[in-house]
Amino acid sequence: MSNILEISGVNKTFGGLHALSDVNLQIEEGETHAIIGPNGAGKSTLLNCCIGRLIPDSGSVTFDGNNMIGMAPHDINHAGMVRIFQTPEIFPDLTLLQNMMIPALAKRDGTFKFNPFKSLVGEKAILEEAHATLADFELDKFHDQLGGSISRGDKRRLELAMGIIQHPKLLLLDEPTAGMARHDTNRTIELLKSERMSNMTKVIIEHDMHVVFSLADRISVLVRGHIITTGTPEEIKNDPKVKEAYLGESEDE
Amino acid sequence: MIKKILSSNPLIMLIFSAVVLSAPIWLTPLGANYPDLLQKFAIFGIFAIGYNILFGLTGYLSFGHATFLGIGSYTAVWSFKLLTMNILPAIILAMIVSGVFALVIGYLSLRRSGIYFSILTLAFAQMAYSLAYSVFTPITNGETGLQLSQQDPRVLDAMAGIAVTDGIPSTNLFGTLIKSMDGYFGFYVAAVMLIIAFYISLKIFRSPFGMKLRAIKSNQTRMKYTGFNTRPYLLTAFVISGMYAGLAGGLLASIDPLAGAERMQWTASGEVVLMTILGGVGTLIGPMLGATIIKYFENIFSALNDSELHNIFDFLPAGMQEFMVTVVSPFVGEGWHLTLGLVFMIVVIFLPGGIMQGLNNLFGFIKRLFGLGGSSSSAADTVSKGEAS
Repeated sequence: MSNILEISGVNKTFGGLHALSDVNLQIEEGETHAIIGPNGAGKSTLLNCCIGRLIPDSGSVTFDGNNMIGMAPHDINHAGMVRIFQTPEIFPDLTLLQNMMIPALAKRDGTFKFNPFKSLVGEKAILEEAHATLADFELDKFHDQLGGSISRGDKRRLELAMGIIQHPKLLLLDEPTAGMARHDTNRTIELLKSERMSNMTKVIIEHDMHVVFSLADRISVLVRGHIITTGTPEEIKNDPKVKEAYLGESEDE
Repeated sequence: MIKKILSSNPLIMLIFSAVVLSAPIWLTPLGANYPDLLQKFAIFGIFAIGYNILFGLTGYLSFGHATFLGIGSYTAVWSFKLLTMNILPAIILAMIVSGVFALVIGYLSLRRSGIYFSILTLAFAQMAYSLAYSVFTPITNGETGLQLSQQDPRVLDAMAGIAVTDGIPSTNLFGTLIKSMDGYFGFYVAAVMLIIAFYISLKIFRSPFGMKLRAIKSNQTRMKYTGFNTRPYLLTAFVISGMYAGLAGGLLASIDPLAGAERMQWTASGEVVLMTILGGVGTLIGPMLGATIIKYFENIFSALNDSELHNIFDFLPAGMQEFMVTVVSPFVGEGWHLTLGLVFMIVVIFLPGGIMQGLNNLFGFIKRLFGLGGSSSSAADTVSKGEAS
C-alpha cells in the first residue's frame, strides 16, 4: 500500500513551547488512522500544519506526491485533503441544503468562478447530490432550516457531510465526537463505518477510546510533540509506554 | 402563493417594473410626485441596490462608496464636455471609470476585514474628496464644481454637425432632451436603469455566485477550507457595487450636468449605509425602500417651515397650536436630520432587519390571523430562503 500523506521531520514552536518536535507519520491509502495523546500534546497543531493553517518551522508535508508546505488552504482543499473542525465550522446563516451546495460547488467551480447569471434553482445535479448526501446523514428532514438552528450534534454531522460531498482523498477529523452524548457518538461511529465512508482514508484525532478502538486500523500516540509509537489497536493497548503516558492519565479524569 | 410569486423572477420583475413606472401616479397622494424627487428615488435606489451587493451579501461595510458616485459624476460631465451631450456614452464611461477605481481601492482595502476594511475605505474616500478639492482641480474644478460651457469641444456632437450657439446645451438621449416632458423623461430614463439594475441584482442574489458571497458573510474560515479563494469573490462584489455607484453618479450628472466634490463627502457614504440598514441589509428590495424613504424625508421634511406647520396644526386651539409648532419645528426644515436619526434609531433597535423585517413580521401576523400557514416548501423556496425577498 502506498502512503497518501507523509509527514517527516516536522517541527513547530510557539515562543518557548515545542509543540511538535521531529514528527514523522505516514498515512496509508485506505486506512483509518487515529492520533491519540493527552491534552496539549500537539494533535491539533499537527492537523493545522497539514492543511495550511500553520506553517511548520521545518520538515515536510507531502500529500499525494505534492509538497503542501506554504500552499493556501483553498488549494490544499482542491488537492483532496479536507478538514473537519473540532468546533463545527458550518454556515449558520444558510440552510442545510445551501450548506451542502457550497462544498459541492467548490468541487465543481474551483477556487473562483464568476457566474452571476446562473440560476441556483437550475443547478439540478448539485441540488440532487446535496439532498442525497443530507439523506445519508439523516439530515434531509432539516434541509430548509438554517445551519445555526440545529443541534450541536447535527451541526457536527452536517460538517462531516459537507466534507464527504467533496469526495476527499483524505479526511482529517478533529475529535468528531467531542461533547456528544453516547447515542450521538454511536451514530457518528456508525456513519464513519458506513459504506460511503469506510473505504475513505481518514485521520482521526480523538480522546474517546471507545471511538478510537472501534474505528482505527492503526493508531499513533503523540505525547508532548513526539510520536512515541505507531501500531495496530492491539499493539497500542499492550504498549507499556502508552499506558504510562496516556491511558493511565485518562482514566483519572 | 406569495412564496410562489417571490420565487419566480419574471413575475417579480413584472411587479417591480409596474410599481416603479407607475410611481408618478401612486406617489401623488404622498406629495412626492415631482420629477426632481422621483429621479432621486430611482438614482439613489440604484446606488443602494449596488451597495447592498457588497454590504448585504458579503457583510463588508464600506464607508467610502460615495467616492464612486462622485467619480461617476465627474466622468459623465467630462463625457458631456469632450464627446457628446448624449447621456448613454456618459453613463457607460461613468460605470467603467468607477469600476477601475473600485478595482484599485477594493484590491487594497480587501487586504483587511471587519473594522479595518471600513476604516481603509473611509480613508480612501476622504483622500479622494481632498484630492478633488486640491491637486485635481484641473480635472474637478475644485470648489466651483465641474460645469459645462458653450465652448466645450464635444467631438462627437461636432462630427454629427450639432452646433450650440445659444448658451449651455442640455443633456439628451439620442435627441430627446432629458428635461423634456416636464422632466418626467429624465425620471423614466432613471427608472429603466433602476429596473435593469434591480434585475441584475436579483440574478446575482439567486446565482451560485451570490450564495457563495452570502457564505463568505456567514463563515469565511469555512469558505477557505472548503476550497474557495475568497478574496477574488469579495473584490468582484466590490467592483460591481462600485460600478452601480458609478451608474448612479452618471445619472445624477445626466439630469443636472455638474459635478462637485461634496458628492464624495463621507456623509454621502454614510447615507447609503443608512439607506441599506434602514430598508434591510441583504434583502432584495429593502435598500431601495430605504433610499426612497430617506430621500422622501430629506425633501418633504426639509421643505417644511414654521408657517406651514401652523397650517398643519390649524385645527388645534390657538395655545395648543403654538405648543405643537414649537415642539415639532426642530424636527423639520434644517433639522430634518433629527427626524431621520430618530427613525433610524427606532428601526435599528426594534427591527434590526430593517423595514423589510417589519413587513415580514406584519405579513406573518396577518397570515396567522387568517389561519393561513403550514405551506409546503419546494426546492425553490429552500434555495432562496435566507434571502428574505
